[in-house]
Amino acid sequence: MPTFVYMTRCDGCGHCVDICPSDIMHIDPTYRRALNIEPNMCWECYSCVKACPQNAIDCRGYADFAPLGHSVRVRREEEKGTISWKIKFRDGREKDFVSPITTKPWGQAIEKLAEQPPPGANDLNSQLLWSEPDTLLIEGGGGLPVISKDKFKQGVYY
Amino acid sequence: MGFKTVYEDCDILVVGGGMGGCGAAFEARHWGRDMRIIVAEKANIDRSGAVAQGLYAINCYMGMRWGENQPEDHVRYARNDLMGMVREDLAYDMARHVDSAVHKFEEWGLPLMRNPETGRYQREGKWQIMIHGESYKPIVAEAARKSADKIYNRIMVTHLLKDENHPNRVGGAIGFNVRTGDLHVFKAKAVIVGAGGASHIFKPRSVGEGMGRTWYAPWSSASAYALPIMLGAKMTQMENRIVLCRFKDGYGPVGAYFLHLKTYTQNAYGEEYESKWYDHTKAMVGEYIDHHPTPTCLRNHAFLQEVAAGRGPIHMVTTEAFQDPHKETVGWENFLGMTVGQAVVWASQDIDPKYINPELTTSEPYVMGSHATCSGAWASGPEDLSPSEYYWGYNRMMTVEGLFGAGDALGGTAHAFSSGSFTEGRLAAKAAVKYIRDHAKDPAKVSDQQIEDLRKAIYKPMEHYQIYRNEIVAGTVSPHYLLPIHGLQRLEKIMDEYVGGITVNYMTNEPLLKFGLDKLKILQEDFESIGAEDLHQLQRAWELKHRITASECVTQHTLFRKETRWPGYYYRGDYLKLDDENWHVLTLSRRDPESGEWKMEKAPVYHIVD
Repeated sequence: MPTFVYMTRCDGCGHCVDICPSDIMHIDPTYRRALNIEPNMCWECYSCVKACPQNAIDCRGYADFAPLGHSVRVRREEEKGTISWKIKFRDGREKDFVSPITTKPWGQAIEKLAEQPPPGANDLNSQLLWSEPDTLLIEGGGGLPVISKDKFKQGVYY
Repeated sequence: MGFKTVYEDCDILVVGGGMGGCGAAFEARHWGRDMRIIVAEKANIDRSGAVAQGLYAINCYMGMRWGENQPEDHVRYARNDLMGMVREDLAYDMARHVDSAVHKFEEWGLPLMRNPETGRYQREGKWQIMIHGESYKPIVAEAARKSADKIYNRIMVTHLLKDENHPNRVGGAIGFNVRTGDLHVFKAKAVIVGAGGASHIFKPRSVGEGMGRTWYAPWSSASAYALPIMLGAKMTQMENRIVLCRFKDGYGPVGAYFLHLKTYTQNAYGEEYESKWYDHTKAMVGEYIDHHPTPTCLRNHAFLQEVAAGRGPIHMVTTEAFQDPHKETVGWENFLGMTVGQAVVWASQDIDPKYINPELTTSEPYVMGSHATCSGAWASGPEDLSPSEYYWGYNRMMTVEGLFGAGDALGGTAHAFSSGSFTEGRLAAKAAVKYIRDHAKDPAKVSDQQIEDLRKAIYKPMEHYQIYRNEIVAGTVSPHYLLPIHGLQRLEKIMDEYVGGITVNYMTNEPLLKFGLDKLKILQEDFESIGAEDLHQLQRAWELKHRITASECVTQHTLFRKETRWPGYYYRGDYLKLDDENWHVLTLSRRDPESGEWKMEKAPVYHIVD
């Protein structure tokens, strides 16, 4: 369902242009509002729909297989940490769904590694990544799994 | 063209900020405290790559904390699904690290579902855990942002730079800003390619407005392959394209439906059909059909045979499971979390799976390395796990020195998925830091001449368009230039008809492949006459170049492997059987950057796990 933009709602802020992974949301030079310049390269990912502060962007299913009369609307609320969907069928039936999108305040639980304890002198030569083996949480407190090379099954040659 | 040149000197350059690239940027900071770490991304890392839309499951998680699976189990699973062949060292290495990434995702705020009875993560199947992953990518992007010195969004990287002191070493990358048009030159001591695999190299089933509704994202433009190929890196298993069995038109995922909701397939007449094709399949592939779980390609094969026998369409039986309101919710949220388009298709066609069993289809082929297939660059494994043929000093380093990969870029590492791609990025980053420390006294040389030559090539489509545009009144038809969409559609037609796409039921043979190669060569010539009206079209032009280059590689590999290893993904009509005696090997290719000639070879498959 390529996206389209309602003329009376869009204020030309450009959030959709910034976020579109396919680079197809652009600002129309005449109307100074957003438009989808290449509907056949739209993945219907809804990134622009979710990013629009004016709820000005919607999708209409791909013309080659989606009959008219449907809608799938979304409201992503970052502060609440939820996303809400309303699906409307062509025959008028509706379905609603709400899901969490995060369990933590945005970004605050993510480590800044420059402020974490630095690696030891020889750690660069080990096979461990940052925070391992602790964060692997291996049963019984075991270390990083390894296979002894003398146990390799013989290579299949040609 | 009057565009500025922006120079960036860095230690580590990450090309592509998807799951692999974000993992690389994040981890690099821990090991390279004093290093300058840069990410160049074609779109915006908050919503880029295959996970832009979100995911409803993490498909690779061992669960070693609960003794659920061990890394060797993952190797057996991936090997079996790919008919006996993966890089077992790389697969084991990813699997032994992947749990630490998933545990971090949960700490960072990604909602992982828990099984209320066991308290463990909610399993969808043996390998998958279920998540509310609408914001998976923004969360992971934030981790990358906290580590990197700078993220450059909207940079289309067109080429890797070579080190002129060492003919087989990378010196950085070059591209242009899709908004400003400025040329961006990144000189780097190590480059990690985290770019995307290949959609839109084979003609998609939907060719009108719906051509964007490919299974893999339309922005996955094969840069993961073309960038290393153009610099002379060796590639592996590029013939191992994947065809997906999915809900019709929207390509909505079936994993949760099969595994968690316990829905199942039947033909148009309500009959089970897979077992009918057992003897037929056994005659082609031997004992592989007896493996459990049945390799995905062989299930596709039964699907294709049943449809060819006139008993399509194949349906997913959802009407039983969807009577349970919880399962119905899971079924819908599964799409809303990662393939909204399928929900739109069903809403528009009044398909409520509670009452109607929806149709399935098999997709056009895709070439990629992070989902259930393993095309990509031939890379070194880790020192402690890799046989000598698989090890050359630095984990995840390609055959070009200083050039690393993660996600779709790496060959041989099937079933890594999102968490595994992030993990591969972390592994590549640590090795890249070590590489830089070891080579501190030997900096790369990138001359002004190299940059000047590339600048001319990069902007040529815009110049070409400007020269010839006013020769015609208006419109898209010119005797002197093709637009990027014209080139893309020709590419898709060539690959479809000659290299085993949907219109030929995935069938090809040596004469077809040779015709295909001739036509691809001419398309490469015609690329010199591509016209780009603006910067957006210039991006499309270079995406096309990457797709054509990767397609040549795919075709060379398909020609080289004289067997049908993965029936259901593609068929060599001239060698319709699996041939373990001659072809239980990995295929390798290298394109000579000077001559453009391809050289193929075989590499051994080591089974490091029983």
